Amino acid sequence: MAETLRLEVSTPERLLLEEQVTQVEVPGLNGAMGILPHHARLVSELGDGPLAYTPENGHKQKMSICGGYVEVGPDLVRVLAVRAEKADEIDVKRAEEALKRANDRLLNPTADLDVARALNAMHRAQARLAAAGRQ
Amino acid sequence: MPSLIDIRRRIRSVKNTQQITKAMKMVATARLRRATERVINARPYARMMGRMLQNVAAAVAGEEAAAAIPLLAERPENRIQLVLITADRGLAGAFNSNLIKAAQQFIAEHPGKQVRLELVGRKGRDFFVRRPVDVSGEVTGISQSAGLNEARALTNTLIERFSNEETDSVYLLYNEFKSILSQKVTLKKILPISVPGGEPHQDYIFEQPPAEMLGRMLPQYVLVLVLEAFLETAAAEHAARMTAMDAATTNANDVINKLTLYMNRVRQASITREIIEVVSGASALE
Repeated sequence: MAETLRLEVSTPERLLLEEQVTQVEVPGLNGAMGILPHHARLVSELGDGPLAYTPENGHKQKMSICGGYVEVGPDLVRVLAVRAEKADEIDVKRAEEALKRANDRLLNPTADLDVARALNAMHRAQARLAAAGRQ
Repeated sequence: MPSLIDIRRRIRSVKNTQQITKAMKMVATARLRRATERVINARPYARMMGRMLQNVAAAVAGEEAAAAIPLLAERPENRIQLVLITADRGLAGAFNSNLIKAAQQFIAEHPGKQVRLELVGRKGRDFFVRRPVDVSGEVTGISQSAGLNEARALTNTLIERFSNEETDSVYLLYNEFKSILSQKVTLKKILPISVPGGEPHQDYIFEQPPAEMLGRMLPQYVLVLVLEAFLETAAAEHAARMTAMDAATTNANDVINKLTLYMNRVRQASITREIIEVVSGASALE
């Protein structure tokens, strides 16, 4: 049996996931990080992107993360997300529309365009789509 | 002596009131269950966020960069922001009046300082809007469903004011949900943030410079505190209303019993009187 670590994902409103997994991939602010059991203690900020994990005796699962923090211990990965959704909770159509809207806005900038906000919206939409398995 | 019909009418009116209080109690019970669930669900995040903050703060302790973080800036408290979180509706016992009293006391305890009120919830707004206090803003109509979005909006406003040095400190005043039978008026200082102390930190690798990380982490921590207050308030409100309506239903029962007894006595008295009239009338004929 493969060694496992506990993955906890929570949002301010609830604990989203608590599971024994063999491997986790988190969207770190400086790029994706793969985490296996016995990892050194680490704290990092998260960007927007998909979080992938392989449950014990299972197939790879995904969820979307939009900002937050991760704390890694030897047998624990704790994700405190600002926003997070499981793959099957993601509203793909809404994310696609949001992505299109943000793209349009960035391609045809008006004088009062809030670039940072549009970029954020785009990243969030991309994170959701990536987790939902589109794109 | 009131007539029989009058008493019957009173009984009927009390019964109607009782039906309403009974229904309100049932609604509050159902909502309470959902509200406590939300409180419980939100707890792990708040706890872990506090612990992570501790670790990061311990790593930057004494660093110059940490001293420059605006949300940690201790200034003399001259302009105090008090966020009063009340319910939108009444009929919940002393729920709202306790909070309002505490707010007035808070203002009285800080003479010479500028206390600005941010009023969340209609009851607190209605009370203070007509009084000579400094109100910085109000949010109403959310206490039933207050969630992440409402908390985020309020947090951003508070942080902005604090960072622009419009306020020197921010307090939350709300009812904490202790149990179904008791709510506790709680005053919590949220800005400047005092990082929760506790266990010594372990050796962590920090992917980003901890000082920068701390700076970005703090707003999220404030959000968690505000959200917690919102959820606690919602749960406490339903609990208070449930208790109050339960008492009201019991009281209505007592009143009905008393009135029924009185009604019977009045009826009996009138029957007795009629018999006496008949008997004395008959004896007068003899």
